[in-house]
Amino acid sequence: MTLEANSHTLPTLDGRAGSLRPFLEWLARRAEPLAITLFAIFVGLALFSLFIALIGRSPIQLFELIFAGGFGTWFSVQNSLSRAAPLLLTALCVALPARLGLVVIGAEGAVVLGGVAGAAIALPLVGDAPAPLVWLIMALAGMLVGAVWLGFAGFLRHYRGVNETIASLLLAYIAIAFMNHLIEGPLRDPASLNKPSTAPLPPDYMLGSIPGMDVHWGLVVGVVACILSWVLIEATSFGFAARIAGGNVRAAQIQGLPVGRLIVGFTALAGAFGGLAGMIEVAAVQGSANASLAAGYGYTGILVAFLARHNPLAIIPVAVLLGGIDASGGLIQRRMGLPDATVLVLQGTLFVVILFCETFYGRFKMFNPDLWKRSA
Amino acid sequence: MIVGEIHAPKSIPAVGIETVEMTMRFGSFTALDHVSIKVPAGTFHALLGENGAGKSTLVKCIMGFYHPTSGQLQVDGREVTIASPRDAAAHGLGMVYQHFTLVPSLTGAENLVISRAHVPAIINWSKEKKRLSAFMETMPFDIPLDRPVSELAAGEKQKLEIIKQLYLGRRFLVLDEPTSVLTPAEADDMLGLVRGMTERGELTVLMISHKFHEVTKFADAVSVLRRGTLSGTGKVSELSAADMAAMMIGDVKLAELDTRLPVSPDALPVLAVKKVKAPDRTGLKPIVIDDLVVRSGEIVGIAGISGNGQKELSEVLAGQRTAEGAVIVKGKPYGATRLETRANNVRFIPEEPLNNACAQKMTVTENLAFRTFDLAKDGSDAIWLDARGMKKRATALITDFKVKTASPASPIAALSGGNVQRAVLARELSGEVDLLIVSNPCFGLDFSAVAEIRARIMKARNAGAAVLLMSEDLDELMEMSDRIIVMSDGKLVYETPTREADVAVIGAHMAGHH
Repeated sequence: MTLEANSHTLPTLDGRAGSLRPFLEWLARRAEPLAITLFAIFVGLALFSLFIALIGRSPIQLFELIFAGGFGTWFSVQNSLSRAAPLLLTALCVALPARLGLVVIGAEGAVVLGGVAGAAIALPLVGDAPAPLVWLIMALAGMLVGAVWLGFAGFLRHYRGVNETIASLLLAYIAIAFMNHLIEGPLRDPASLNKPSTAPLPPDYMLGSIPGMDVHWGLVVGVVACILSWVLIEATSFGFAARIAGGNVRAAQIQGLPVGRLIVGFTALAGAFGGLAGMIEVAAVQGSANASLAAGYGYTGILVAFLARHNPLAIIPVAVLLGGIDASGGLIQRRMGLPDATVLVLQGTLFVVILFCETFYGRFKMFNPDLWKRSA
Repeated sequence: MIVGEIHAPKSIPAVGIETVEMTMRFGSFTALDHVSIKVPAGTFHALLGENGAGKSTLVKCIMGFYHPTSGQLQVDGREVTIASPRDAAAHGLGMVYQHFTLVPSLTGAENLVISRAHVPAIINWSKEKKRLSAFMETMPFDIPLDRPVSELAAGEKQKLEIIKQLYLGRRFLVLDEPTSVLTPAEADDMLGLVRGMTERGELTVLMISHKFHEVTKFADAVSVLRRGTLSGTGKVSELSAADMAAMMIGDVKLAELDTRLPVSPDALPVLAVKKVKAPDRTGLKPIVIDDLVVRSGEIVGIAGISGNGQKELSEVLAGQRTAEGAVIVKGKPYGATRLETRANNVRFIPEEPLNNACAQKMTVTENLAFRTFDLAKDGSDAIWLDARGMKKRATALITDFKVKTASPASPIAALSGGNVQRAVLARELSGEVDLLIVSNPCFGLDFSAVAEIRARIMKARNAGAAVLLMSEDLDELMEMSDRIIVMSDGKLVYETPTREADVAVIGAHMAGHH
């Protein structure tokens, strides 16, 4: 009501090009997500400090340890980056469907199946084909399987009306069970006694480290994937169509946009990134597919994507931050005698606060040029 | 058991009210500026004004939803403080909303009894029913109280809303656009009965309305608000509709409709709907359209009360609802894909454009690009977005269609309703249009926006577009259409050329008498 009446006094676009105002408006609109996210992180950390203080430990010491364990030394930075690498891809797995208005939380399923597919297809090739070709085939196999897995959740959503959040989560459990079946049965390497695994890749078929760092190539793949996804969403007509369908599916239908194909396409692409994360985990870290693939990267990716507000470029710093928190878990455990799960409590707290802070958007006059006073 | 609440209307006389210099500010914005309105007991007073003129603010101040910044309210000549809606009720002030507030699954009698402030834990229904029938004998309305409200017609529901207020002892009623969901006949019937009660001194009415003919026919006096101030007041008998319109809009010049070019007899059919059958929203009844043809250069109006299948028909045409039968555009089957829509220059303007044609959080620029973003300059499919081109085009459209927006980068949800509709029209009516399908384009918009939007549609028609106009506003259809077709219960039941149309006959068909 207030807004409506105000609009009588708003001038239409006029040629006030010389003023600072357009720049300030641009700045305000850009600053809003950054400021709110930082505020949310701050509040989340404050709540977590309260929790730490309640169990009788020093929050200050804890944050010092998180910093030291995550970013304090070159070693810990590399550790953080290694942990961030899979998060980049699993966060994309959540962020891409989110731009279409879908909440897909089953990245874990695409990760484990992508890893198994990569490991399975590599075994007959090892020895004959050159390593780069094997990696390429492994990547394609992992991406294909991941794409089919999550694309199926998208298909169920559009054509059968099944809620994609539930479907993708349940599909993740099926995927993990299916992986266990394969690595304990048909694909099991008889030599893996304690920990059922597929046969290991020979050392010269392992993805190496980025020159000059002890971080595997998955980091580069993840960063490139984030940049490409950003270009897809922001600069292409497919991305724009997806944003329309995500903004209002009825408006997209009225425009004749192929909503079904967009949904299946974007969920499949998301699944492909998840599968790629699993394949890299096999080719660069584990050397074989085993239960360690289900280490929760898919679930931490949900947190990364929401913190980054589903912006693929923002995923990069957020993944590094979360990777750092993750990396400090061991240090916290040893020095403060806190359980390993402490960092999970921190992540959960951050997630709840970030969801709560979603309600702040558009409420602050400072960030909303539409509420600014008009001089004319 | 509370007995005191149930009185025959004659035992409580009508209540008169007066606002004295009432002012309401929200921050720096003044929604009401020293408004003084007198509504003596037993009168029928109309409150006119455009959207945002302050009508609902005034009414909310009277009903205790808002606390006015300054000024006072007098009830029956005594100053009173209304701190809450409960206080308003205690003074006998009640309100009937535009949309129904009855519980659909309960009967009329149950709705009345549970609406009381104090309902006993165990209700003695046989006693209550006796009381209610005694109460209903004193009422001019004849409504079956033993049937679930969902089975009542819209006019009956609206009467029941009024009965509820009277049953609760309210003798001053605010009616907020009470006829917006009724047929013309139902509206006349309901307002006539209410008018009778005011003449007998049983009730005082303050009616918010957009419809001049209702005001002229039923109200004694009228007050007009414009931008928060009282721009005029007077006896209805001494004012013409033109006087009232002038008070409402001030000296703004309204867009005029182009002269209607005659429809050429050999105009080609652009849209043909043949034997289409689709389930309705409830899934219980089908909507069946046997034959509907819209020719180039004509406006075909679809009249009907909301919920008789118009929405489903527009969804079938827009490809949002699967149906049997054939939708044919320019002689070829049409499936509403982007390619077909573009090849045949088909445009949709759905009702409530913000919810059905826009993505609220995207910017005005982006929303204006929905139709053309994937089209390169040479007409081929574009893979890369042309951000600069989008911006340029948006700026041009904003100027051409006089869209008032703080900036092209504002989210479209920040615009007022009229400006959202202008933006959608700008997107859909630019370029060549062969078929235009429009639903309730002017619902809830102010005068100048309505005039402008109708002028745009008429212009498209005169330029050769076939226009299918679905509207719940019969006045709009009478003004705009070449032919009017009545839709009732999922079927097209009556067709007439507009110049021979009789509103009473159309109204009867809308109400299901055919």
